[in-house]
Amino acid sequence: MRIAIRHGRLIDPAHQVDATIDLFVAEGRIAGVGQPPAGFTADRDIDARDRVVCPGLIDLCARLREPGQEHKATIASETAAAAAAGITTLLCPPDTDPAIDEPAVVELIRRRAEAAGQARVLTLGALTHRLRGERLAEMAALQEAGCVGVGDGGRPVASTRVLRRALEYAATFGLTVFLTPLDPALGHGNAHEGQVATRMGLAGIPAAAETGVIARDLELIRDLGVRVHFGRLSCARSVELVARAQAEGLRVTADVAVHQLHLTEIDLAGFDSQCHVLPPLRGLRDRDALRAGLANGVLGALCSDHQPHEPDAKQAPFGDTEPGISGLDTLLALSLRLAADELLPLSASIERLTWGPARILGLESGHLGVGAPADICIFDPEADWRVEPDRLRSRGRNSPFLGWELSGRVTHTLLEGRVIHEA
Amino acid sequence: MNAAHIQLDRQGRLLHFLTVEGLSRRHLIEILDTAESLHGVAERRVKKLPTLHGKTVVNLFFEVSTRTRTTFELAAKRLSADVLTLNIATSSAVKGESLLDTLRNIEAMQCDMFVVRHQQSGAAEFIARHVKPHIAVLNAGDGRHAHPTQALLDVFTIRRHKPDFPSLQVAIVGDILHSRVARSLIHALNILGVADLRVVAPRTLLPARVETLGVRVCHELNQGLRDADVVVMLRLQRERMEGALLPSEQEFFQRYGLTEERLASAKSDAIVMHPGPINRGVEIDSRVADGPRSVILEQVTNGIAVRMAIMSITLGNHARPVGEGS
Repeated sequence: MRIAIRHGRLIDPAHQVDATIDLFVAEGRIAGVGQPPAGFTADRDIDARDRVVCPGLIDLCARLREPGQEHKATIASETAAAAAAGITTLLCPPDTDPAIDEPAVVELIRRRAEAAGQARVLTLGALTHRLRGERLAEMAALQEAGCVGVGDGGRPVASTRVLRRALEYAATFGLTVFLTPLDPALGHGNAHEGQVATRMGLAGIPAAAETGVIARDLELIRDLGVRVHFGRLSCARSVELVARAQAEGLRVTADVAVHQLHLTEIDLAGFDSQCHVLPPLRGLRDRDALRAGLANGVLGALCSDHQPHEPDAKQAPFGDTEPGISGLDTLLALSLRLAADELLPLSASIERLTWGPARILGLESGHLGVGAPADICIFDPEADWRVEPDRLRSRGRNSPFLGWELSGRVTHTLLEGRVIHEA
Repeated sequence: MNAAHIQLDRQGRLLHFLTVEGLSRRHLIEILDTAESLHGVAERRVKKLPTLHGKTVVNLFFEVSTRTRTTFELAAKRLSADVLTLNIATSSAVKGESLLDTLRNIEAMQCDMFVVRHQQSGAAEFIARHVKPHIAVLNAGDGRHAHPTQALLDVFTIRRHKPDFPSLQVAIVGDILHSRVARSLIHALNILGVADLRVVAPRTLLPARVETLGVRVCHELNQGLRDADVVVMLRLQRERMEGALLPSEQEFFQRYGLTEERLASAKSDAIVMHPGPINRGVEIDSRVADGPRSVILEQVTNGIAVRMAIMSITLGNHARPVGEGS
């Protein structure tokens, strides 16, 4: 299928392109930018007038709930939701059940994703056996099976000794290690330790639960020269620590979940379980520092931290509910809102969803240069919509953004030149 | 979405009683005055009023309690209600039934009021959001968040001894961090405008930024008690040693335990309070607990009148047709 995407505003941050330029797709790849290749005849024309054409989004953290929690969601349901949200690549952390600590699980996920035929699913292998933080996982075998990196799957390794060895072992095979910094000994609460948690009587998670672990990890990274990605930062001080490490030349990257840029601890009022997330929503100062870190690039990627739940998981007193937000459906619109609020330029906002995460993962996608995989998102930036349960494509309807008025609706999503979503 | 709203109707009347935070002085005075008028009932030969005749009150206790549960039961019975007490800590919740399912089942038995105690902060508010509109929900303690009827019986007790709140200096001593009693009492005393409100504890037993609740922090007991009119001691749970919050009960008692000598720092007519059950020799010395300044047993007695008042006010507001002004 050869496709011509005409009259759209092409935003391709990797090539500093932001202009009305036609795009030509053939054999699953970008065949021409501005000019079609010689002898190109389109099987299909997509009129992208008044639309933005950008690389398909790459989401660095999406729980698809399969295998193990199919009552919450499935690979088929969530990859379809991703496609409808302009997301062409999802990175699945290893905390499935069973965990992604052996090649068979990687294979299972790949087959299910292929059968679904929607967004591409990449996997992170477990850093330790069953994510227990005790013995190393078979990382080399996981890499061979297709894992693009290894990680703690949201269950930080408590033992500094095990972590140090795991980092060393992963580095042997050139694997990037994806860590979610939260000290298990300090992370028992369910809200940011501060004024709001004090008032509501919720057990607090101090900022030091995150920053202390980052500081320790950075020392290990410096020592070993390994490449580490910190996922889902929530504190102002974490951004400072990562910025300093980057300035010193350590191979460290980081991301932030988009909800951390829009919500704070104040949103917990009324014990709203939709705002129960880990790491917790923190203070205004933290939110502002995360926004600034995203704008200046210290935080190289913006992710959904997608965690779909069945309704019951959120229908209980706050502390008895499961943490997490169903985020695929709102990822793009919430990111565009940052640009609309002039917190960063539109092209930078798109960069953190495409080229930024692609570089962290070392992918060949994430840009629209000739020869790149034709993973493309086309959206109408002016289309307003109200976040309502029925409009969410994810099986998880757990969103604190229900009722919000957002702008930006995806009209077409292409994966390797194939239209996987059309509105 | 704010608790102060869900417990009030459009005219600002109490439909539920979930938290003291966000209430006005008028709400508190109404409860205290009503409780005062009900206080005499217990002295009569027939200790019953017909106010809640034909109503069914269900005590839903997800967490063990003797004193609070018993006084709620007595309060309901003295108002002629039918009372059912369910200790769910030991029944269906353990079998995996969700809180909402438990609620729906009990609702189906046509009750008018739930009195809820639960180990999770926000549980009473969660229940209030999910019950049928004719049911009133009273919070009998949710996690570390609130214990509003205890706070009201405390201020009721204070008022009977020292009615001029704006002149009072009050010290709350002990485990503030885990205490729903402290949180609710702090709100109540601030609403009533006490002159000075202090919390006295080591830093490990104070929640982060506790001063934002409107209190002054003291780490030293004598200083905290200086010229106090009211001293409120909190119960210290044994588990606090295991959680590395304190080294030992002995050291806690030495620094923060209330003895007669320490009490000398307070005003000579200061009253000593405790929500119970007390740990003798841990937070309070027996001579103080049983001494002339102690009003601890009065608090228990007053708890019945205050709970009767709150029950009749909230159910009374439910009984009025929708839209009728006050």
